[in-house]
Amino acid sequence: MVKEIERAGLPVVHMCTVTPISMTVGANRIVPTIAIPHPLGDPSLTMEEEKDIRRKLVGRALKALTTEVEDQTIFEE
Amino acid sequence: MSFKVIHYINQFFAQVGGEEMAHIAPELREGKVGPGMALAAAWKGEAEIVKTIVCGDSYFAENEKEAKAIILEWVKTEAPDFFIAGPAFNAGRYGYACATIAKAVQEELGIKVLTGMYEENPGADLKNSIYIVATANNAAGMRTAAPVMAKLALKLMKNEPIGASIEEGYMNMGVRVNFFEKERGAKRAVDMLLKKLADEPFVTEYPMPSFDRVPPNKALKDLSKATIALCTSGGIVPKGNPDHIESSSASRYGEYNIAGVTDLTADAYETAHGGYDPVYANADADRVLPVDIMREFEAKGVIGKLHDYFYTTVGNGTAVANAKKFAAEYAQTLKNAGVDAVIMTST
Repeated sequence: MVKEIERAGLPVVHMCTVTPISMTVGANRIVPTIAIPHPLGDPSLTMEEEKDIRRKLVGRALKALTTEVEDQTIFEE
Repeated sequence: MSFKVIHYINQFFAQVGGEEMAHIAPELREGKVGPGMALAAAWKGEAEIVKTIVCGDSYFAENEKEAKAIILEWVKTEAPDFFIAGPAFNAGRYGYACATIAKAVQEELGIKVLTGMYEENPGADLKNSIYIVATANNAAGMRTAAPVMAKLALKLMKNEPIGASIEEGYMNMGVRVNFFEKERGAKRAVDMLLKKLADEPFVTEYPMPSFDRVPPNKALKDLSKATIALCTSGGIVPKGNPDHIESSSASRYGEYNIAGVTDLTADAYETAHGGYDPVYANADADRVLPVDIMREFEAKGVIGKLHDYFYTTVGNGTAVANAKKFAAEYAQTLKNAGVDAVIMTST
C-alpha cells in the first residue's frame, strides 16, 4: 500500500515494528515502532509515558517526511 | 538408521493458542508435534523428527536476535541432519520466522534446511537463499504441501540431485542449470509463436524479472503548512466495524471522517484485525492510529492540518493485488483532496 501511495506522488512514511517486511514491500521512509499489537503505544507504561513515546515516534515520522531520501531509509532516530 | 530432523513451528500449529499466545518465547519439545506428524508419515521411518521448536510469531518478529540465538544453540547441540520449518501458508510473521531461522541454520551451522509457504508471504523474499516449497495460502493446503516438502527434504538429506523448481515444487531460486532440450531453439520459438497467434497457452523460457520499486517522492518543504493523512493496515475502525471489513483476507477498505476527533476512545473505535491480539488496540486505538498526537501537533502548528479522513484496512493474509488496488484508489482520493503526505501505520 505504501508503494501505491508513493506512486500516486505523495511522500509516505511507514511506521511498523517488523522493518524487514517494510523493506520487502518497498517502503522508502520507515520508522520502527514498539510492538506488533501496539506499534505506537506500550500498555506497561502510564498513559502519559505512553503519549511521550507516541509523540517521539510521530515526531520521527514527520522528520522522515521532511527529509530527502534517495533509497529505502530506516529512521532510527 | 534414519535421519535426525528438527522441526520449527509456531504457537498456533503447536496448539498452544492463537494471537493471545503469539508472544511466547521459544520452547524445545521432544519428538514431533502437529504438522510434524504429516511429515513423519511421509518419511516412513527414513527420517525422524527428534525435536520440535515452538515459538510465538510475535516473539520472533519482535525479538529476532534473541530468538535466533537460542534456537541456533538448541539446533547446534542436537546436531540434526536436517532442519525443516513450517509450512507457514500465508501467515506473514510465521513465514518470515520460518525463512529467517532456516536461513540462519543453513548459513551459521551448515545444516540443510527447507521451509514452505504461500508465494505472497513476506518470508518468501528469502527464496534465493533457501529452498522454499510453494504452498496454498491457508492451512487447508497442508495435505498437498506435506508430501511435497517431505519428498524434497528427503532428497536433500540423501544428497540426491535436485530437479528444477517447477518439477520439485520449490520456489524459483534464480539458479540456472545447463541441460539439453529435445527440440532445437528455433523450433521451440516457432512453436511458441504459433501458440501465441492461436491464443493458446504457452510457457516462456525466459520470464522477465519483475522489479517493482517506486522511487521516493520529494520531502515536504514546510511541515507547518502541510495536510497530512493517517492510513493503517492495522484495522482501526469505528466501533461495530460499520463496513464489515473482514478480520483476514480483507476485500475492502474503510474511509472514516475524524474531523473534530481529538482522541480515539475505546467506546468509539476498535480494531477489526484478526491477526494480532486486539486487546491493546481496542483499549486505545491511538496505539495504532495516532490521532491524539497528530491533533497535538496540529494545535501547536507543527503540521498544517490532520486530514479529515483516515483510510484503513486489515492487513492479514490480504491479497497483494487487493492491497494494491485499495491504496491506489484512496491515494488518488487523498491527492484530489489536497493532502501533501501520508503516515501509514502497520501492526
